[in-house]
Amino acid sequence: MTAPYEPWDATRGAEIIAEHTGLEGATLVILHALQETFGHVPEPAIPMVASALNLSRAEVYGVFTFYHDFRKRPAGRHVLKLCRAEACQAAGGEVLAARAEARLGVALGDTTADQRVTLEPIYCLGLCATAPSAMLDGRVVGRLDEARIDALVAEAQR
Amino acid sequence: MTMRLFIARDAGAVAVGADDVALAFEQAAARRGIEIEIVRTGSRGLYWLEPLVEVATPQGRVAFGPVTPTDAPFLLEAIISDGPHPLRLGITEEIPWLRRQTRLTFARCGVIDPRSVDDYRAHGGYKGLERALTLGADAILADVTTSGLRGRGGAGFPTGIKWRTVALASGTRKYIVCNADEGDSGTFADRMIMEGDPFVVIEGMTIAGVAVGASKGYIYIRSEYPHAVQAMNTAISAAKGAGYLGAGIGGSSHSFDLEVRVGAGAYVCGEETSLLESLEGRRGIVRAKPPLPAHQGLFGKPTVINNVLSFAAIPFILAGGAKAYADFGMGRSRGTMPIQLAGNIRYGGLFETAFGITLGEWSMT
Repeated sequence: MTAPYEPWDATRGAEIIAEHTGLEGATLVILHALQETFGHVPEPAIPMVASALNLSRAEVYGVFTFYHDFRKRPAGRHVLKLCRAEACQAAGGEVLAARAEARLGVALGDTTADQRVTLEPIYCLGLCATAPSAMLDGRVVGRLDEARIDALVAEAQR
Repeated sequence: MTMRLFIARDAGAVAVGADDVALAFEQAAARRGIEIEIVRTGSRGLYWLEPLVEVATPQGRVAFGPVTPTDAPFLLEAIISDGPHPLRLGITEEIPWLRRQTRLTFARCGVIDPRSVDDYRAHGGYKGLERALTLGADAILADVTTSGLRGRGGAGFPTGIKWRTVALASGTRKYIVCNADEGDSGTFADRMIMEGDPFVVIEGMTIAGVAVGASKGYIYIRSEYPHAVQAMNTAISAAKGAGYLGAGIGGSSHSFDLEVRVGAGAYVCGEETSLLESLEGRRGIVRAKPPLPAHQGLFGKPTVINNVLSFAAIPFILAGGAKAYADFGMGRSRGTMPIQLAGNIRYGGLFETAFGITLGEWSMT
């Protein structure tokens, strides 16, 4: 189960930002912390980060958009990441990814209409010797086959 | 006597059920009314045998694998009665795939508890740093040069020369940066060592700090490796608690602090200058060289930036093994290399061996 996220709150956001402003090069650390709390990086947080770090909004926005991990809006309740890198492809990951897409009715990168599941590609979990691999809400699963991918999809839909 | 079992907490083992197997053994032992202690280690790197369960015996650890949770009750009986079991593989170290390896960097991976400084020390850990602290910078640099170690990130730059450049650079503030943005598919050695023997990375970085006069280090780990992030953070806390990080490390006058920073899904950040940009909180855009990071690296300061495996090779070298390390290998490639095997093959895993083995020789093993 994904941790329930807090709704955006400027005071809470300011607290999180303040916790990390003393660090060297704190931008990524702060964006990670905001996303961990709110499930995404809320737009009003960007100028707050900029002013706390004495950067321009454009600089912070540029960092935010550069890195794939940072979300503009919250993901679905569960996030199922399928490894699409070469080692998993060699072990049959492609077919399984197509199967998950078909079961969920969404393409990789999309969220189901009921907001339950976000299906995402991930490029290497480092579980290449137990491929194909996936991660459901932070839990890693290897040696995927049709039965296991079906079970994972079903679990994510619950 | 309490039965000691070893089950990996390595992400690769957990992905195929190691946590469930550990739980099943706890439950089976409770039902059977016997005391067991389960040590959660790193992985031995024989992934087709994961989840691997090892039991301590007077003859050494005996391995069983691959084990499923339903195997636990019967396997426990077989262990108690010292009887046969279809998953029994014999003494772990005698498994041919493991016996044919030369494990210098991965000597402790899969053997020790990666959260315990005491276990690390009991298996030779921190001997390199302790010796380094008595040697001084010049002699450390000489050892690293003698070992012939070249950067394990791929470019193969001589580590001794890189470190000397930073040591000679002027400036009071210098940095040690570990590139743990292992992004290429099919590679997982960095992940394995961070999860299975994180102290060896910490010790290697600390020695680098002593050698070049740096008091701060960063380990930049990709976000796709949450288990490695957790393992490194846990080990850093333990090392601080034991006086091996912080002010006056190991009772010396040197100070060294380490911090983990997590990437955010940008593959390019595995390139060292974009990694430095990312550490500084910017977009991971590659810098033009020169200036080299050794002269102007993190925050414009002289910086040693090395791959995880380069730092992990250092403790063995500084524990009096510089010449021994150089005696392995061939040509300009000295020492050992962990070969990672994955994809559509039967025996996927990690095989550490001296440079110079041919594909033919290797595939015979």
